Amino acid sequence: MKTLFAQSLKPQQNTTHTRLGEALAGARAEIPLIIGAIPFGLIYGVTAIAAHVGAPLALAMSGIIFAGSSQFIVAQLIGAGASAVVIVITAAIVNLRHALYSASLAPYLRDLRPGWKRWLLAYLLTDEAYAVSVIRYRDDAASPHRHWYFLGAGLSLWLSWQLSTAAGIFLGASIPASWNLDFAGPLTFIALVAPRLRDRANVTVAVVAGALAVLVAGLPLKLGLIVAIVLGVGAGMLWPARTATTANQSQAGRQAGTTKEPESEEQA
Amino acid sequence: MTMGWQLWAAALAIGAITLLTRASFIALAGRFTIPSPVQRALEFTPVAALTAIVALEVFPFGGAPNSLSVIFTPRLLAALVAALVAWRTRNVILTIVVGMALLWALTFAFGALGW
Repeated sequence: MKTLFAQSLKPQQNTTHTRLGEALAGARAEIPLIIGAIPFGLIYGVTAIAAHVGAPLALAMSGIIFAGSSQFIVAQLIGAGASAVVIVITAAIVNLRHALYSASLAPYLRDLRPGWKRWLLAYLLTDEAYAVSVIRYRDDAASPHRHWYFLGAGLSLWLSWQLSTAAGIFLGASIPASWNLDFAGPLTFIALVAPRLRDRANVTVAVVAGALAVLVAGLPLKLGLIVAIVLGVGAGMLWPARTATTANQSQAGRQAGTTKEPESEEQA
Repeated sequence: MTMGWQLWAAALAIGAITLLTRASFIALAGRFTIPSPVQRALEFTPVAALTAIVALEVFPFGGAPNSLSVIFTPRLLAALVAALVAWRTRNVILTIVVGMALLWALTFAFGALGW
Protein backbone atom coordinates (compact mmCIF):
# COMPACT_ATOMS: atom_id res chain seq x y z
CA MET A 1 0.00 0.00 0.00
CA LYS A 2 1.24 3.45 -0.78
CA THR A 3 0.21 4.67 2.66
CA LEU A 4 2.65 2.30 4.33
CA PHE A 5 5.42 3.47 2.09
CA ALA A 6 4.60 7.12 2.66
CA GLN A 7 4.46 6.55 6.38
CA SER A 8 7.98 5.22 6.54
CA LEU A 9 9.24 8.35 4.84
CA LYS A 10 7.13 10.81 6.79
CA PRO A 11 8.82 12.63 9.64
CA GLN A 12 7.18 11.90 12.97
CA GLN A 13 7.37 15.33 14.55
CA ASN A 14 3.89 16.33 13.38
CA THR A 15 2.20 13.95 15.83
CA THR A 16 3.17 13.72 19.46
CA HIS A 17 2.30 10.14 20.26
CA THR A 18 1.25 10.75 23.84
CA ARG A 19 -2.30 10.34 25.21
CA LEU A 20 -2.87 14.06 25.65
CA GLY A 21 -1.13 14.87 22.39
CA GLU A 22 -3.41 12.45 20.54
CA ALA A 23 -6.56 13.77 22.24
CA LEU A 24 -5.66 17.39 21.49
CA ALA A 25 -4.83 16.52 17.90
CA GLY A 26 -8.23 14.84 17.56
CA ALA A 27 -10.01 17.83 19.06
CA ARG A 28 -8.08 20.19 16.81
CA ALA A 29 -8.95 18.19 13.69
CA GLU A 30 -12.59 18.29 14.78
CA ILE A 31 -12.78 22.10 14.95
CA PRO A 32 -14.02 22.72 11.37
CA LEU A 33 -16.70 20.07 11.84
CA ILE A 34 -17.70 21.60 15.18
CA ILE A 35 -18.11 24.96 13.48
CA GLY A 36 -20.40 23.24 11.01
CA ALA A 37 -22.30 21.38 13.75
CA ILE A 38 -23.04 24.39 15.97
CA PRO A 39 -25.71 25.86 13.63
CA PHE A 40 -27.21 22.35 13.38
CA GLY A 41 -27.44 22.16 17.14
CA LEU A 42 -29.04 25.59 17.35
CA ILE A 43 -31.53 24.75 14.60
CA TYR A 44 -32.35 21.41 16.22
CA GLY A 45 -33.15 23.15 19.48
CA VAL A 46 -35.30 25.78 17.82
CA THR A 47 -37.20 23.29 15.62
CA ALA A 48 -37.77 20.90 18.51
CA ILE A 49 -39.43 23.66 20.50
CA ALA A 50 -41.39 24.78 17.41
CA ALA A 51 -42.60 21.17 16.98
CA HIS A 52 -43.85 21.17 20.59
CA VAL A 53 -41.27 18.76 21.91
CA GLY A 54 -40.91 19.78 25.54
CA ALA A 55 -37.63 21.45 26.49
CA PRO A 56 -36.64 18.65 28.93
CA LEU A 57 -37.10 15.93 26.30
CA ALA A 58 -35.46 18.01 23.58
CA LEU A 59 -32.45 18.53 25.85
CA ALA A 60 -32.32 14.92 27.05
CA MET A 61 -32.27 13.60 23.48
CA SER A 62 -28.90 15.27 22.88
CA GLY A 63 -27.47 13.09 25.62
CA ILE A 64 -29.51 9.92 25.13
CA ILE A 65 -29.45 9.72 21.34
CA PHE A 66 -26.57 12.08 20.44
CA ALA A 67 -27.22 11.85 16.69
CA GLY A 68 -28.28 15.00 14.89
CA SER A 69 -30.35 13.55 12.07
CA SER A 70 -32.23 11.18 14.38
CA GLN A 71 -32.98 13.98 16.80
CA PHE A 72 -34.28 16.15 13.94
CA ILE A 73 -36.47 13.28 12.76
CA VAL A 74 -37.88 12.65 16.22
CA ALA A 75 -38.70 16.34 16.63
CA GLN A 76 -40.26 16.48 13.17
CA LEU A 77 -42.36 13.36 13.69
CA ILE A 78 -43.53 14.40 17.14
CA GLY A 79 -44.70 17.65 15.57
CA ALA A 80 -46.47 15.67 12.84
CA GLY A 81 -48.25 13.49 15.39
CA ALA A 82 -46.58 10.18 14.54
CA SER A 83 -46.85 7.31 16.98
CA ALA A 84 -43.94 6.40 19.24
CA VAL A 85 -43.38 3.09 17.44
CA VAL A 86 -43.11 4.75 14.03
CA ILE A 87 -40.73 7.34 15.46
CA VAL A 88 -38.47 4.64 16.89
CA ILE A 89 -38.41 2.58 13.70
CA THR A 90 -37.72 5.58 11.46
CA ALA A 91 -34.92 6.94 13.64
CA ALA A 92 -33.41 3.47 13.98
CA ILE A 93 -33.38 2.99 10.21
CA VAL A 94 -31.66 6.33 9.69
CA ASN A 95 -29.06 5.48 12.31
CA LEU A 96 -28.21 2.11 10.79
CA ARG A 97 -25.47 3.82 8.79
CA HIS A 98 -23.45 3.96 12.00
CA ALA A 99 -22.86 0.24 11.57
CA LEU A 100 -20.79 1.16 8.51
CA TYR A 101 -18.66 3.55 10.54
CA SER A 102 -18.34 0.97 13.28
CA ALA A 103 -17.12 -1.64 10.82
CA SER A 104 -14.75 0.86 9.31
CA LEU A 105 -13.07 1.80 12.60
CA ALA A 106 -13.19 -1.64 14.20
CA PRO A 107 -9.80 -2.78 12.87
CA TYR A 108 -8.13 0.13 14.67
CA LEU A 109 -10.06 -0.08 17.95
CA ARG A 110 -10.85 -3.78 18.25
CA ASP A 111 -7.98 -4.59 20.61
CA LEU A 112 -8.78 -1.83 23.07
CA ARG A 113 -9.23 -3.20 26.61
CA PRO A 114 -11.18 -3.13 28.84
CA GLY A 115 -14.38 -3.30 26.85
CA TRP A 116 -16.03 -0.20 28.35
CA LYS A 117 -13.52 1.94 26.50
CA ARG A 118 -14.84 0.58 23.23
CA TRP A 119 -18.41 1.24 24.38
CA LEU A 120 -17.50 4.82 25.26
CA LEU A 121 -15.97 5.35 21.83
CA ALA A 122 -19.03 3.69 20.25
CA TYR A 123 -21.26 6.21 22.04
CA LEU A 124 -19.15 9.04 20.58
CA LEU A 125 -19.22 7.59 17.04
CA THR A 126 -20.91 10.35 15.05
CA ASP A 127 -20.52 11.23 11.37
CA GLU A 128 -18.15 14.02 12.40
CA ALA A 129 -15.93 12.03 14.77
CA TYR A 130 -15.77 9.21 12.25
CA ALA A 131 -14.75 11.51 9.43
CA VAL A 132 -11.60 12.85 11.07
CA SER A 133 -10.60 9.61 12.79
CA VAL A 134 -10.81 7.37 9.75
CA ILE A 135 -8.65 9.78 7.77
CA ARG A 136 -6.06 9.82 10.52
CA TYR A 137 -6.06 6.05 10.97
CA ARG A 138 -5.66 5.41 7.27
CA ASP A 139 -2.63 7.62 7.11
CA ASP A 140 -1.08 6.51 10.38
CA ALA A 141 -2.45 3.63 12.39
CA ALA A 142 0.76 2.95 14.29
CA SER A 143 0.32 5.14 17.36
CA PRO A 144 -0.29 3.04 20.50
CA HIS A 145 -2.58 5.80 21.84
CA ARG A 146 -4.53 6.25 18.66
CA HIS A 147 -7.87 5.73 20.44
CA TRP A 148 -7.20 8.98 22.32
CA TYR A 149 -7.36 10.80 19.01
CA PHE A 150 -10.88 9.47 18.52
CA LEU A 151 -11.73 10.37 22.12
CA GLY A 152 -10.54 13.95 21.61
CA ALA A 153 -12.52 14.32 18.41
CA GLY A 154 -15.63 12.65 19.82
CA LEU A 155 -15.67 14.45 23.17
CA SER A 156 -15.12 17.90 21.69
CA LEU A 157 -18.00 17.34 19.30
CA TRP A 158 -20.15 15.96 22.13
CA LEU A 159 -19.56 19.04 24.25
CA SER A 160 -20.28 21.47 21.42
CA TRP A 161 -23.46 19.54 20.53
CA GLN A 162 -24.77 19.66 24.10
CA LEU A 163 -24.08 23.40 24.38
CA SER A 164 -25.42 24.36 20.95
CA THR A 165 -28.62 22.31 21.26
CA ALA A 166 -29.22 23.75 24.74
CA ALA A 167 -28.75 27.25 23.33
CA GLY A 168 -31.18 26.45 20.50
CA ILE A 169 -33.79 25.15 22.94
CA PHE A 170 -33.39 28.27 25.05
CA LEU A 171 -33.70 30.50 21.97
CA GLY A 172 -36.58 28.48 20.55
CA ALA A 173 -38.75 29.20 23.55
CA SER A 174 -38.60 32.95 22.81
CA ILE A 175 -39.24 32.78 19.03
CA PRO A 176 -42.88 33.22 17.94
CA ALA A 177 -44.47 30.37 15.95
CA SER A 178 -45.37 32.79 13.14
CA TRP A 179 -41.72 32.78 12.09
CA ASN A 180 -42.25 29.21 10.81
CA LEU A 181 -38.83 28.16 12.07
CA ASP A 182 -40.00 24.55 12.20
CA PHE A 183 -39.37 24.64 8.44
CA ALA A 184 -35.63 24.71 9.19
CA GLY A 185 -35.95 20.98 9.93
CA PRO A 186 -37.07 19.93 6.42
CA LEU A 187 -34.60 22.43 4.95
CA THR A 188 -31.78 20.75 6.83
CA PHE A 189 -32.85 17.37 5.45
CA ILE A 190 -32.98 18.84 1.95
CA ALA A 191 -29.47 20.22 2.41
CA LEU A 192 -28.24 16.77 3.42
CA VAL A 193 -30.03 14.78 0.71
CA ALA A 194 -29.97 16.93 -2.43
CA PRO A 195 -26.17 16.85 -2.94
CA ARG A 196 -26.30 13.03 -2.93
CA LEU A 197 -28.75 12.89 -5.84
CA ARG A 198 -26.09 12.60 -8.51
CA ASP A 199 -26.56 9.03 -9.68
CA ARG A 200 -29.61 7.16 -10.90
CA ALA A 201 -29.77 4.82 -7.91
CA ASN A 202 -29.97 7.59 -5.33
CA VAL A 203 -32.42 9.59 -7.47
CA THR A 204 -34.61 6.48 -7.72
CA VAL A 205 -34.50 6.02 -3.96
CA ALA A 206 -35.51 9.63 -3.38
CA VAL A 207 -38.30 9.70 -5.97
CA VAL A 208 -39.87 6.42 -4.87
CA ALA A 209 -39.60 7.17 -1.15
CA GLY A 210 -40.87 10.72 -1.54
CA ALA A 211 -43.77 9.80 -3.83
CA LEU A 212 -44.84 6.85 -1.69
CA ALA A 213 -44.67 8.91 1.48
CA VAL A 214 -47.25 11.29 0.01
CA LEU A 215 -49.37 8.58 -1.67
CA VAL A 216 -49.72 6.42 1.44
CA ALA A 217 -49.84 9.33 3.85
CA GLY A 218 -53.37 8.27 4.75
CA LEU A 219 -52.15 5.25 6.72
CA PRO A 220 -52.59 5.75 10.46
CA LEU A 221 -49.74 6.79 12.76
CA LYS A 222 -47.52 7.74 9.81
CA LEU A 223 -46.93 4.04 9.12
CA GLY A 224 -46.71 5.00 5.46
CA LEU A 225 -43.31 6.50 6.26
CA ILE A 226 -41.86 3.07 6.99
CA VAL A 227 -43.40 1.67 3.80
CA ALA A 228 -41.93 4.55 1.81
CA ILE A 229 -38.43 4.13 3.24
CA VAL A 230 -38.29 0.36 2.76
CA LEU A 231 -39.65 0.43 -0.80
CA GLY A 232 -37.47 3.44 -1.67
CA VAL A 233 -34.33 1.56 -0.61
CA GLY A 234 -35.60 -1.52 -2.46
CA ALA A 235 -36.09 0.50 -5.64
CA GLY A 236 -32.51 1.79 -5.43
CA MET A 237 -31.23 -1.77 -5.06
CA LEU A 238 -32.76 -2.64 -8.45
CA TRP A 239 -29.96 -0.73 -10.15
CA PRO A 240 -26.75 -2.71 -10.53
CA ALA A 241 -24.12 -1.69 -8.00
CA ARG A 242 -21.24 0.32 -9.42
CA THR A 243 -18.78 -1.07 -6.90
CA ALA A 244 -16.46 -3.09 -9.10
CA THR A 245 -13.43 -1.34 -7.64
CA THR A 246 -14.44 -1.13 -4.00
CA ALA A 247 -15.63 -4.76 -3.89
CA ASN A 248 -12.07 -5.93 -4.34
CA GLN A 249 -10.85 -4.18 -1.25
CA SER A 250 -10.89 -6.74 1.47
CA GLN A 251 -10.85 -4.39 4.45
CA ALA A 252 -14.30 -3.53 5.71
CA GLY A 253 -12.76 -0.31 6.89
CA ARG A 254 -11.71 0.67 3.42
CA GLN A 255 -15.11 -0.19 2.00
CA ALA A 256 -17.22 1.53 4.60
CA GLY A 257 -14.96 4.52 4.56
CA THR A 258 -15.59 5.11 0.90
CA THR A 259 -19.35 5.32 1.28
CA LYS A 260 -19.44 8.98 0.36
CA GLU A 261 -16.91 8.88 -2.40
CA PRO A 262 -18.79 7.31 -5.33
CA GLU A 263 -21.00 10.37 -5.71
CA SER A 264 -18.07 12.73 -5.92
CA GLU A 265 -16.25 10.41 -8.30
CA GLU A 266 -19.21 10.36 -10.59
CA GLN A 267 -19.44 14.12 -10.54
CA ALA A 268 -15.81 14.53 -11.45
CA MET B 1 -52.13 11.97 20.51
CA THR B 2 -48.94 10.34 21.64
CA MET B 3 -48.46 10.61 25.39
CA GLY B 4 -45.47 12.26 26.98
CA TRP B 5 -44.13 9.09 28.61
CA GLN B 6 -44.32 7.29 25.29
CA LEU B 7 -42.08 9.92 23.73
CA TRP B 8 -39.55 9.54 26.56
CA ALA B 9 -39.66 5.77 26.09
CA ALA B 10 -39.17 6.27 22.36
CA ALA B 11 -36.14 8.51 22.97
CA LEU B 12 -34.62 5.89 25.29
CA ALA B 13 -35.27 3.13 22.77
CA ILE B 14 -33.69 5.14 19.95
CA GLY B 15 -30.72 5.90 22.18
CA ALA B 16 -30.25 2.21 22.96
CA ILE B 17 -30.61 1.17 19.31
CA THR B 18 -28.21 3.89 18.19
CA LEU B 19 -25.60 2.86 20.75
CA LEU B 20 -25.91 -0.80 19.77
CA THR B 21 -25.55 0.12 16.10
CA ARG B 22 -22.45 2.18 16.79
CA ALA B 23 -20.99 -0.55 18.98
CA SER B 24 -21.86 -3.29 16.50
CA PHE B 25 -18.39 -3.79 15.07
CA ILE B 26 -16.22 -1.86 17.53
CA ALA B 27 -17.43 -3.50 20.72
CA LEU B 28 -19.52 -6.49 19.71
CA ALA B 29 -18.89 -8.60 16.63
CA GLY B 30 -15.45 -7.35 15.75
CA ARG B 31 -14.58 -10.00 13.22
CA PHE B 32 -17.41 -9.75 10.74
CA THR B 33 -17.75 -7.56 7.72
CA ILE B 34 -21.01 -6.28 6.29
CA PRO B 35 -22.13 -8.08 3.12
CA SER B 36 -21.98 -5.58 0.29
CA PRO B 37 -25.72 -5.69 -0.64
CA VAL B 38 -26.56 -4.84 2.97
CA GLN B 39 -23.94 -2.13 2.97
CA ARG B 40 -25.46 -0.69 -0.19
CA ALA B 41 -28.95 -0.72 1.33
CA LEU B 42 -27.60 1.07 4.41
CA GLU B 43 -26.12 3.77 2.24
CA PHE B 44 -29.53 4.37 0.67
CA THR B 45 -31.46 4.65 3.93
CA PRO B 46 -30.68 8.30 4.80
CA VAL B 47 -31.78 9.44 1.34
CA ALA B 48 -34.99 7.38 1.52
CA ALA B 49 -35.92 8.41 5.06
CA LEU B 50 -35.10 12.10 4.81
CA THR B 51 -36.82 12.47 1.41
CA ALA B 52 -39.94 10.74 2.71
CA ILE B 53 -40.09 13.04 5.73
CA VAL B 54 -39.54 16.15 3.63
CA ALA B 55 -42.23 15.03 1.16
CA LEU B 56 -44.71 14.67 3.99
CA GLU B 57 -43.84 18.16 5.20
CA VAL B 58 -44.06 20.02 1.89
CA PHE B 59 -46.82 18.23 -0.06
CA PRO B 60 -50.24 19.08 1.26
CA PHE B 61 -52.73 16.25 1.30
CA GLY B 62 -56.20 15.56 2.55
CA GLY B 63 -58.89 16.84 0.22
CA ALA B 64 -58.67 17.19 -3.54
CA PRO B 65 -56.75 20.23 -4.73
CA ASN B 66 -59.17 22.77 -6.18
CA SER B 67 -56.63 25.36 -7.24
CA LEU B 68 -52.94 25.56 -7.95
CA SER B 69 -52.34 27.50 -4.76
CA VAL B 70 -53.38 24.40 -2.79
CA ILE B 71 -50.51 22.42 -4.30
CA PHE B 72 -47.94 25.14 -4.80
CA THR B 73 -47.74 26.33 -1.25
CA PRO B 74 -44.95 28.60 -0.03
CA ARG B 75 -43.43 25.57 1.70
CA LEU B 76 -43.27 23.47 -1.46
CA LEU B 77 -41.86 26.28 -3.58
CA ALA B 78 -39.29 27.21 -0.95
CA ALA B 79 -38.31 23.55 -0.60
CA LEU B 80 -37.82 23.13 -4.36
CA VAL B 81 -35.57 26.18 -4.60
CA ALA B 82 -33.67 25.09 -1.48
CA ALA B 83 -33.10 21.67 -3.04
CA LEU B 84 -31.63 23.32 -6.11
CA VAL B 85 -29.35 25.46 -3.94
CA ALA B 86 -28.23 22.41 -1.97
CA TRP B 87 -27.63 20.38 -5.11
CA ARG B 88 -25.54 23.11 -6.67
CA THR B 89 -23.60 24.40 -3.65
CA ARG B 90 -23.62 21.54 -1.07
CA ASN B 91 -23.83 24.38 1.46
CA VAL B 92 -26.14 23.53 4.37
CA ILE B 93 -26.34 26.96 5.93
CA LEU B 94 -26.94 28.69 2.59
CA THR B 95 -29.70 26.18 1.85
CA ILE B 96 -31.45 26.93 5.14
CA VAL B 97 -31.06 30.69 4.77
CA VAL B 98 -32.42 30.72 1.20
CA GLY B 99 -35.27 28.37 2.09
CA MET B 100 -36.38 30.36 5.13
CA ALA B 101 -36.08 33.71 3.34
CA LEU B 102 -38.15 32.39 0.44
CA LEU B 103 -40.75 30.91 2.78
CA TRP B 104 -41.20 34.26 4.51
CA ALA B 105 -41.29 36.19 1.22
CA LEU B 106 -43.79 33.79 -0.41
CA THR B 107 -46.00 33.62 2.66
CA PHE B 108 -46.12 37.41 2.69
CA ALA B 109 -46.74 37.59 -1.09
CA PHE B 110 -49.44 34.87 -1.07
CA GLY B 111 -51.10 36.66 1.83
CA ALA B 112 -51.02 39.95 -0.04
CA LEU B 113 -52.49 38.25 -3.13
CA GLY B 114 -55.24 36.75 -1.05
CA TRP B 115 -54.48 33.08 -1.92
